[in-house]
Amino acid sequence: MEDLFLFIVANYNYWASLILLFIGLYGMVAKNNLMKKIIGMVIFQTAILLFFVSVAVKRGASVPIIKFTADNQPILEATAYANPLPHVLILTAIVVGVATLGVALAILQKIQRVHGTIEEDEVLEDLRK
Amino acid sequence: MIDQVPALIIIIPLFASLFLTLVGSLGHRFSYILLIAALAATFACSLLTLGLVVDDNQTIQYRMGDWPPPLGIELVIDHLSGVVLVLIAGCALLTAMYSLHPAKQDNPDRLNHYYALFILLVTGLLGMTASGDLFNLYVLLEISALSSYGLLARGRGPAYFATFKYLIVGTIGACFYLLGVGYLYIMTGSLNMVDLTALLSQPELQESVSVRIGFTLIILGIWIKMALFPLHAWMPNAYSKAGTTTACLIAPLMTKVSVYIMLRIMFTVFSVDYIFNSIAWSHLVIYLASAAAVVGMIAALAQSDLRKMLTYIIVAEIGYMTGGAWVANASGFIGATYHILADGLMTLCLFMAVGAVIYRTGDASKTAMRNLFQKMPVTAVVLVIGAASIIGIPPTCGFFSKWYLIQGAAQAEAWVFVAALLIASLVAAIMFFRLLEIAFFGDLDATDEHEGSQHGHGHHGPAVAREEAPLSMLIPMVITAVAVIVLGVYTKEVVNYFIIWSVPVGL
Repeated sequence: MEDLFLFIVANYNYWASLILLFIGLYGMVAKNNLMKKIIGMVIFQTAILLFFVSVAVKRGASVPIIKFTADNQPILEATAYANPLPHVLILTAIVVGVATLGVALAILQKIQRVHGTIEEDEVLEDLRK
Repeated sequence: MIDQVPALIIIIPLFASLFLTLVGSLGHRFSYILLIAALAATFACSLLTLGLVVDDNQTIQYRMGDWPPPLGIELVIDHLSGVVLVLIAGCALLTAMYSLHPAKQDNPDRLNHYYALFILLVTGLLGMTASGDLFNLYVLLEISALSSYGLLARGRGPAYFATFKYLIVGTIGACFYLLGVGYLYIMTGSLNMVDLTALLSQPELQESVSVRIGFTLIILGIWIKMALFPLHAWMPNAYSKAGTTTACLIAPLMTKVSVYIMLRIMFTVFSVDYIFNSIAWSHLVIYLASAAAVVGMIAALAQSDLRKMLTYIIVAEIGYMTGGAWVANASGFIGATYHILADGLMTLCLFMAVGAVIYRTGDASKTAMRNLFQKMPVTAVVLVIGAASIIGIPPTCGFFSKWYLIQGAAQAEAWVFVAALLIASLVAAIMFFRLLEIAFFGDLDATDEHEGSQHGHGHHGPAVAREEAPLSMLIPMVITAVAVIVLGVYTKEVVNYFIIWSVPVGL
């Protein structure tokens, strides 16, 4: 029992992003309202962003700008700095996510204008006519 | 200058896309010429790059901004990606030429925005093919996906909902891919494909569960993107509701590039040994591929909407290529790669011919084909060549790719896949002969019902007026049809010069 508890607590960032991932997936697959599907999609993307960012964290590390010791020697140890690469990747992925959200909202607006509703079953009924 | 050509392949269409958004006031014709010029330049650059690769028989590694590989992003162009680049640029150029009339019909306003998205999609596809970096590939994947949502949604009416569904599913696919890349990054600390190959070959990573999950997520994401059989539901609606030119551009290329990405991940990032001995899904995947081929073709047979029929054919073709890649021998790999080229051309051929029919008749169902040979003889011939290639009749290229695939499947003793290939060809034959019967003789029952009430019976024959598609549509169509045959006739050369070189070690 204690092992399991430790296993969960030690990897809590992975658990958090996994739970968010499944909430998002559930929203996209199971919700009938198209707006809720979009919200699910955003949660899903955010889960992955958090996953990447949490990986970059190091205990006691600082921002990745080279620091100097008292006698002016540069500190060149990887452990002293947080890993900047995942942050940079995620900055790009956030932009992609925002663009996707924008396109999704634009299409949703068009669906609302054409079908008069944003409930999936009502749209499907309207399409069958 | 010549060293910079690989970068130009991506830069030219990207900047053309930016320009195209700005030139709305200069009129339709100007945007059209700009589009054609940019794509022609891109096509020339990709041909040149392929020439360079074939000349020295070595891979071009272009460093973006001259940053050395594990840190910087590089473009890797070898025989395989070189050929796929030429295919993408060529198909896009032909579709652009074709678009003069139908694109104006589908987009009465702001045609330049449509063209901007068009060429942005091409940029994404070219970039995905050339990129040697996993994260860069994700960004380009999303660029092409986002522009394809924009293009598909321009089909209006029912296209909006179909595109919305595609957007949701496509995002799930891309996110799975990104998550998988995250797993690989955590385990190896690298995103460069060549670097990853070396790192992943370490024995402790070969055993690692995280790497395995990363691979699974990446492959699952790509399968969603390329619409492999159980994950294909989003595709038929999204593609068949789109405008004519959109369908011609997206349907042949998007899924084929995804297949190419699958090959890259399987054989460049991971190794033959890892895929087939350590992961060992071959049996399962071959069953999926076989099911895709048979179910796709049978579903295509059941459609009355012409473009929906063609999209279901793509579902089947994806099955062929996936099966070829997973039978784990050289013939299968050659078949799958050759089929990327062959299928790109023959689906383009069919989509163009059907697009021309829809443009002239305004009808997308099978009845539109009635008396096609009298009305639009050239279009009908193009359609016959495309159909022959899908069925697999020599000398079209469809025959030779199927030949390699069946050979590969037989060597691997994957008899299910052999059977699926043959059944799918038979079903395709039935489907197209039925279609051509309508095109030659007219649909007899339908004619009776339709015209019986007005004119009496037996009203088909020389009375039909000729209504050929405009020249701007005919020329690219004919070029594509000729390319289908030429590629078939020169199969041996294509395989020996380009494809043989990219067969991975150990197959």
